[in-house]
Amino acid sequence: MVPVSHRCSGPPPTASLDGLGCPPSEAVFLWAGPLSWHDPADLARSDRMLPPPVSATPPAFAGSGLACRRGERLVFAGLDFAIVAGDALLLTGPNGSGKSSLLRLMAGLTPPESGSLAWDGGAITEDPGAHRARLHFIGHQDALKPGLTAAEMLGFWAGMRGATNVLPALQRFRLASLADWPCRLLSAGQRRRVALARLVASAAPLWLLDEPMSGLDAEAMATLTAVIEEHRSGGGRIALSTHAPLPLAGAATLSLADFQPRRGG
Amino acid sequence: MTAFGRLVARDLRLALRQGGDAATVIAFFVLTVILFPFGVGPEPEILRRIAPGVLWVTALLAALLSLERIFHADYEDGSLEALALMPLPLEAQVLAKCLAHWLLTGLPLTIIAPLLALFLHLEREAYPVLVLGMALGTPSLTLIGAIGAALTLGARRGGVLLSLLVLPLYIPVLIFGAAACEAAIAGLTPRPHLMLLAALLALAAPLTPFAAAAAVRQALE
Repeated sequence: MVPVSHRCSGPPPTASLDGLGCPPSEAVFLWAGPLSWHDPADLARSDRMLPPPVSATPPAFAGSGLACRRGERLVFAGLDFAIVAGDALLLTGPNGSGKSSLLRLMAGLTPPESGSLAWDGGAITEDPGAHRARLHFIGHQDALKPGLTAAEMLGFWAGMRGATNVLPALQRFRLASLADWPCRLLSAGQRRRVALARLVASAAPLWLLDEPMSGLDAEAMATLTAVIEEHRSGGGRIALSTHAPLPLAGAATLSLADFQPRRGG
Repeated sequence: MTAFGRLVARDLRLALRQGGDAATVIAFFVLTVILFPFGVGPEPEILRRIAPGVLWVTALLAALLSLERIFHADYEDGSLEALALMPLPLEAQVLAKCLAHWLLTGLPLTIIAPLLALFLHLEREAYPVLVLGMALGTPSLTLIGAIGAALTLGARRGGVLLSLLVLPLYIPVLIFGAAACEAAIAGLTPRPHLMLLAALLALAAPLTPFAAAAAVRQALE
C-alpha cells in the first residue's frame, strides 16, 4: 500500500480523473480505495514519465519587473535579474541606489512594490519557509552579541540552521585563536569575519551578501573570494553588493543606476 | 538541540551573563513592594487589605519594565533580521523568546511574591492562590507584552509608548489575579478566577506569537 501523500504528489496522470471534477481529497479517496484502477507501481512510473515543467529559460533565481519603494520614494523600478546555478551577480551603484533594498527583496524581508521573485520557476511567496531555508543573508550588521564568544555566536547561528560543526568555519577565517573571545573585544574586521564564517558553517544554495568586504584586510578578502568561488563551483548562487571591483570569474554585474525611476516622469 | 531550544538557551545565557538584567526586575519588585508600608503606614490591617492588589500591580509593573529586552537588543544589532531569515518560523521564535523572558522574569516574580506577601501580612490562606495565580498570570503578561515590544521596535521613546499600549491589556490579568486572592481571603473558592487566568493564558499562548511576529516583520521591512 502506497501512502496517500505519495499519491497526492504531482498532477493527476489521467484525463479521466480530471473529468470527475472531484476535489483533490475525494480523488485521493477514490484512488486509495479498492476501486483504484492503477497498480501503485504503475502509478509511480506514470508520475515519473511526466515531462518536466516547460520553460524557456534554465532554472534560476529570478526577479522580473521588480520595483521597490522606501517610504515615499521609489528606489528602483522595472528591474529584472536571473541567477543560474554557479552564477554570481554583483550589484553596483551609488549610495542610495537600492543595492541593500534589492538584497532585502531577494531575501523576502521586504515585499516588492511590484514584480515577482521566483526560485527555479516557483514564486518565493508560495513557500517562504523553503526560501528562508535555502538562503544565507549577511546584512550590514554582524548580528553578534557583545557578551557571547565568537565560537558560541557561530555555533548558535549554524545551529539554527541545523549545523553543529563550527570549528572548520572558524579556522577558514583565521578565527580559531579568537574562538573564546567575547565579541565585544573583537575589532570590526574580526567581527565581520565571524559573521562571514556563517556562510561556511552551514550550507545554503543562495548567498545574499551586503557589502561583505567592508572592514576586511587583504588576506580576509582573499579568503572570502576563495569561499565564494568554492560555493559557485558547487552550484551555489550569489548576489552581493559592492563598491570595489571583485576578482570573481565571469560574474555578471547589475548596475542599480540603470533602474532609477525618472524624476517627475 | 532543536532550533527552538537553541534560541531559548541563547536568550537565557545572554541574560545570565549580563547578570544585572534579570536581577533588576526582581530588585524593582522587592523595592516597590517595600515602599508601601512606608507610604500607607505599618498597620497590619491596612496592609493586609491592600496586599493582593499591591503584589499584583507591582509584579505587573516589574514585568512591564523588562519587556523591551525581548526584541530590542536583537533589533539593534541585526540579530532580529538574521533570526527572521532562519528556517524556524518567526512565530515559533517569538514563543521561544517569550519562554526565555518568562523564565527570567515571571518565574522569579512568582517565587519571590510569597516572601514579599509576608511583609504585607497577607492572610495565610491566600498564599497558595497567590503563587498559583502568578504562575498562570505572568506568562500572559509576557505574551501580551511581546506584542507591544514588537510594535514599538524602531520607535523613539519606545518605552513610554510600550507602557501605554500594554498596560490597558494587562487589566484582565490584574483583575482575576487579585480577585483570586481576595476570594481566598473571604473564604470563597478562588477556582473561577484561576480558571479565567488559565483561559487567558490558553488564548494568549497560541495567538500572541502571530501578532508579535507580524509586528516584527513590519519593523524589519
